[in-house]
Amino acid sequence: MTASQRRIKVLLGKPGLDGHDQGAKVVARAMMDAGFEVIYTGLRQTPEQIARIALEEDVDVISLSSMAGSHLPFCRKLKPLLEANGLNDKLWVIGGNLPAQDHDALRELGFKGIFPSGSKLDAICDYIRKETP
Amino acid sequence: MNDRTKSALLQPKFNESGIEVKPLYTAADVEASGGMEMVGEPGQYPFTRGIHREMYRKQPWTMRQYAGFGNPADTNQRFKYLIANGQTGLNVAFDLPTQIGLDSDDPLAEGEIGRVGMSIDTLRDFEIAFDGIDLKKITVSLTINGAAAILIAMYLAMAEKRGYDIKDLRGTAQNDILKEFIGRGTWIFPVEPSIRLVGDTIEYCATHAPKYSPVSVCGYHIRESGATPAQEMAYAFCIAKAYADDAIRRGLPVDEFAGRLSYNFNIFGNIFEQVCKFRAGRGLWAKIMKEQYGAEKPGSMWMRMIAGGGGGGLTFEQPELNIVRGAYYALISALSGTQTMALCSYDEAYTIPTEYSARISLRTMQLLIEEMGLTETVDPLAGSFYVETMTNEMRHKMEEIMAEVDAQGGIVKMVSEGSIQAKVSAQAYQMQRKIDSGEFPKVGVNCYRNEQEEDHPVEFHDYNEEDARVQIQGLQRIRAERDNAKVSEALTRLRGDAAAGRNVMPALVEAVKAYASVGEMTKELVNVFGRYREPIRF
Repeated sequence: MTASQRRIKVLLGKPGLDGHDQGAKVVARAMMDAGFEVIYTGLRQTPEQIARIALEEDVDVISLSSMAGSHLPFCRKLKPLLEANGLNDKLWVIGGNLPAQDHDALRELGFKGIFPSGSKLDAICDYIRKETP
Repeated sequence: MNDRTKSALLQPKFNESGIEVKPLYTAADVEASGGMEMVGEPGQYPFTRGIHREMYRKQPWTMRQYAGFGNPADTNQRFKYLIANGQTGLNVAFDLPTQIGLDSDDPLAEGEIGRVGMSIDTLRDFEIAFDGIDLKKITVSLTINGAAAILIAMYLAMAEKRGYDIKDLRGTAQNDILKEFIGRGTWIFPVEPSIRLVGDTIEYCATHAPKYSPVSVCGYHIRESGATPAQEMAYAFCIAKAYADDAIRRGLPVDEFAGRLSYNFNIFGNIFEQVCKFRAGRGLWAKIMKEQYGAEKPGSMWMRMIAGGGGGGLTFEQPELNIVRGAYYALISALSGTQTMALCSYDEAYTIPTEYSARISLRTMQLLIEEMGLTETVDPLAGSFYVETMTNEMRHKMEEIMAEVDAQGGIVKMVSEGSIQAKVSAQAYQMQRKIDSGEFPKVGVNCYRNEQEEDHPVEFHDYNEEDARVQIQGLQRIRAERDNAKVSEALTRLRGDAAAGRNVMPALVEAVKAYASVGEMTKELVNVFGRYREPIRF
């Protein structure tokens, strides 16, 4: 069954130690209203935890919300773990406080969807609906 | 007048707290909202007009910009820079590992050391961070919550070592763990032991450091998480009452600790709603302390506060507009009779403030003091029909919200279950929808956008790998040089006191003095208290 025939299942993770979760929770609600099934991890997830939940929950989309600047070191650790678990074919998305100069590096790490602060909720949900494999 | 303005005129307007704002206020509105009964005089109960009669004539508000990054030596330099530029207090930012009780060599700390604040492992770091700073002249506020008991112990030990009598030492710790569960998220232990630790600090300071303010209850972050201005204040009062109740259960008389409780509030949005929020809150808190707690000393009834421009009002788009927003927020804060002011800097949506942006925030406050006449007269908006009516209505609204919390079992229960978190986050979602649709105007975001946004409108504060390496080396050197038998003895005492329900502060002070690390002390407490598990509720 492909994603278009069933509800899109999204993991929404809060990576690292940052506690700013207002944005993540707002995006989680927007995704639910868009009809997605959302697995919100809560705060302080390690790369290992994100990869494990993504695998166990068999999600279509792996999304992260990062506000405190540690997105690059975190994603560098996460990428090989997602690959090792065969999650390359999932849609990887990241949002939050992501300066423009980091976007290319995030794309190279496999994060196809990049939604810096100021992105509209519908833009995020439309993108996921369109790009989910 | 075009049709759009005409129809906007006819539509009822509500402020964010849900109170209708009329196009005209008269004496009749003041009367209908409860009259002038709660207004009184500045410096007198119920303190609606301010906690001091002379207010800023005697002393302008303390300027306390949030600062800290990298290792303690970097931060010491920034502190000295801010003081040299006229800052009158310090507001210390800690990195995330420190905030959640991890040492800098903990694997989980990798990539986070010194990133959003300074990294602290042991007393040695505090000695470096405050080196050359006169702690009598410059009061220090520690923005620390989960690990607050440890950092307070460390601050007191550092001051004592420097030769200060801690009986006279002033300063503040944020130490408001209940709001961390609602927003900000630097919790460590479960709810109940976390409240107990706050109680330990209140009890310890009441005896040993009676001029130190061990708790600054934060409506600020609850507002950032999606609360309205009225909820911000009402929830903060519920939280302060929870700490006061704990202190009273320990047998502390209210007048021995209530005067050292303080508040941290947010400012963005409607000017009059904010000013009336503060005036209303002062009256309400005084009434609560007097009538519900039987406080007798005026100081126990004072709602002392730091009130500053909040990040929630600032925008990623056209960041230079945040300088203007910050100036309005500072004006609101001054009109509201704040004791201390801090402003989020214009680049705050992007990065931690650079020297340049921190200086602009500081100068914004200095402009108000030196050029705008804000320090000459206390509570200058008093007596306005609008302001007095709205102050009454905001107070009624806060009382309503506090009664709702009580009806639902109290703030501790609601935080433990996650129901407050779910409520404010639902509101944040609704607000974001209104911003996305343009229903709630944000200049530069959903109206008056620039055709072409600049790519790099702000200078970034770079993460410094070298700082992290130096910090870890420093910690390893301390571990090698300190008397480890003394450390393990102190840690054993800490574990024992925590398990036996004794106040842990004396054991923490002993451990800190032996150069035990933040991570080591936290581990002992986790072994006894366990770790918080976040309730996920939507």
